[in-house]
Amino acid sequence: MSMRRQFVQTTESLLASDERLVVLLGDISVFALRKSFKEFPERIYNIGILEQSTIGAAAGLAMTGFIPVVHTIATFLVERSFEQLKDDFGYQKLGGNFVSIGASYDYAALGPTHHCPGDVGLLQNIPGMEIVVPGTAAEFDALFRQAYGNGHPTYYRLSEKENAESYKVRFGKAQVVKKGRQATVIAVGPALKSALEASKGEDVTVLYYTTVAPFDGETLRNNCPSAKVLLCEPYYEGGLTNEVTAALKPRPLVVETAGVPRKFILNYGKAEEHDERMAITASSIRRRLRKLLQ
Amino acid sequence: MKANLNKLKRLIVKASFHAGEGHLGSDFSILDILWVLYDKVLAINPKRPDDPRRDRFFLSKGQASLALYAVLAEKGFFSGEWLKKYCDFESRLGGHPDRNKVPGAEASTGSLGHGFPMAVGNALGLKIKHFPSRVFVLIGDGEANEGAVWESALLAAHHKLDNLSLILDYNHSTDRALRLGDLRTKFEAFGWTSVSVDGHDHKAIEKALRTKHLGKPLAVIAETIKGRGSKIMENNPAWHHKAPNREELEIILKELSPS
Repeated sequence: MSMRRQFVQTTESLLASDERLVVLLGDISVFALRKSFKEFPERIYNIGILEQSTIGAAAGLAMTGFIPVVHTIATFLVERSFEQLKDDFGYQKLGGNFVSIGASYDYAALGPTHHCPGDVGLLQNIPGMEIVVPGTAAEFDALFRQAYGNGHPTYYRLSEKENAESYKVRFGKAQVVKKGRQATVIAVGPALKSALEASKGEDVTVLYYTTVAPFDGETLRNNCPSAKVLLCEPYYEGGLTNEVTAALKPRPLVVETAGVPRKFILNYGKAEEHDERMAITASSIRRRLRKLLQ
Repeated sequence: MKANLNKLKRLIVKASFHAGEGHLGSDFSILDILWVLYDKVLAINPKRPDDPRRDRFFLSKGQASLALYAVLAEKGFFSGEWLKKYCDFESRLGGHPDRNKVPGAEASTGSLGHGFPMAVGNALGLKIKHFPSRVFVLIGDGEANEGAVWESALLAAHHKLDNLSLILDYNHSTDRALRLGDLRTKFEAFGWTSVSVDGHDHKAIEKALRTKHLGKPLAVIAETIKGRGSKIMENNPAWHHKAPNREELEIILKELSPS
């Protein structure tokens, strides 16, 4: 099942079990959620294509005791209404959930207006904003159920790219997937798949992060026997550099990155073709890891 | 009433002088409206500012915070002494209101075009809960340059938020940049009940705010004068964001003297 389909199922289930949930859709996933529109017409709205006011209205709903869930395409949800996320949720100290689709270049054929590799980096600038990057549909379901009602603003980055298997993920905690001595590979969400392939047979630790903020520095501190870190992220490369260096302070560190380069992606085609062109496939990550281990 | 508001205006001017900060033109533009709201219209209890069934007021043009603070203090939400520390480092009262610091402030505003969407969501939430509470939001004409204002105007009408009233402080400060024209007609075209009123006539403001608007949100276009009550400030754009010096303070206080 895709993450987007899982979002529909999780939402249907929580609308039924939690009267505090109100869902605002930016004119997407409306047909998929038709059952909920019939069953809970007062708590699910196809709000339209007006992202700034949608985030503001979601904050207003939160003020009256509801738990808003806003769902639309990443670039519109985060980049268009960034100031609303900052002022109306971060600064007001309100809880809400922002669930995107169209991660990085999932919409490869639609061009840069529909790409969003900058979502995580932008949201890291909002103090208190929680950022969740699930690696599979099942992980989204687990993480959302753990955190949706915690009173904080939380971003869930859904992607078409998924890992082969799901882990028993806990909100705010990283997982040790593999232990080794020569380097620590940090893989975020759907970047785990290629990170694992790249580190096959290597004497490295692999840590799996599905919560980017708040960052679990403790698991990193306890699982970084070398001074070498490879950051594998599905958004703009090096997004967690500050968190990693802060967690390991004052140790000297070599950080290598494997993520989306900071440039406009002007080709179309399929996401996999972009991975190839930008050298973020398993084999190219393996080359980077080998170089780091030298 | 006039004497009473002059008392609040003096408090505002003194606070602004103390801080070397303030948007006095905006404060004086909306003070009559705020007074009518808090004195005659809003169902609120200063002793229970978080009562879930209270009426809500959102000051979307947060730069007029001193006017809000003066009215909230007068109504007993907090002590008038707080205004004497306006904008001090540890003060709870800043240049824009912070809802987590100011009893009675529904939202932390400042960046224009934010309070109105939040008020829309609030009104929707109260509808879902079937609460009788009403939501009032005040925006400025400069603020109505923002696209989010017109997004929210569409949203409120579409969802038939007849528990929502918007007051537009039409002091024409934005005419020099982007003329808004006939705002009453514009809001009607957006599906609102809309009335125009002299924003300094208390009886007329109250009547306008009590306009029946079944199935629709209400827009009250309040014609106002920026800096109202002080001849040196009235319609003088220099006073948009400016604190008085000692000489100006004395002139303004004299203009606002109770006698």
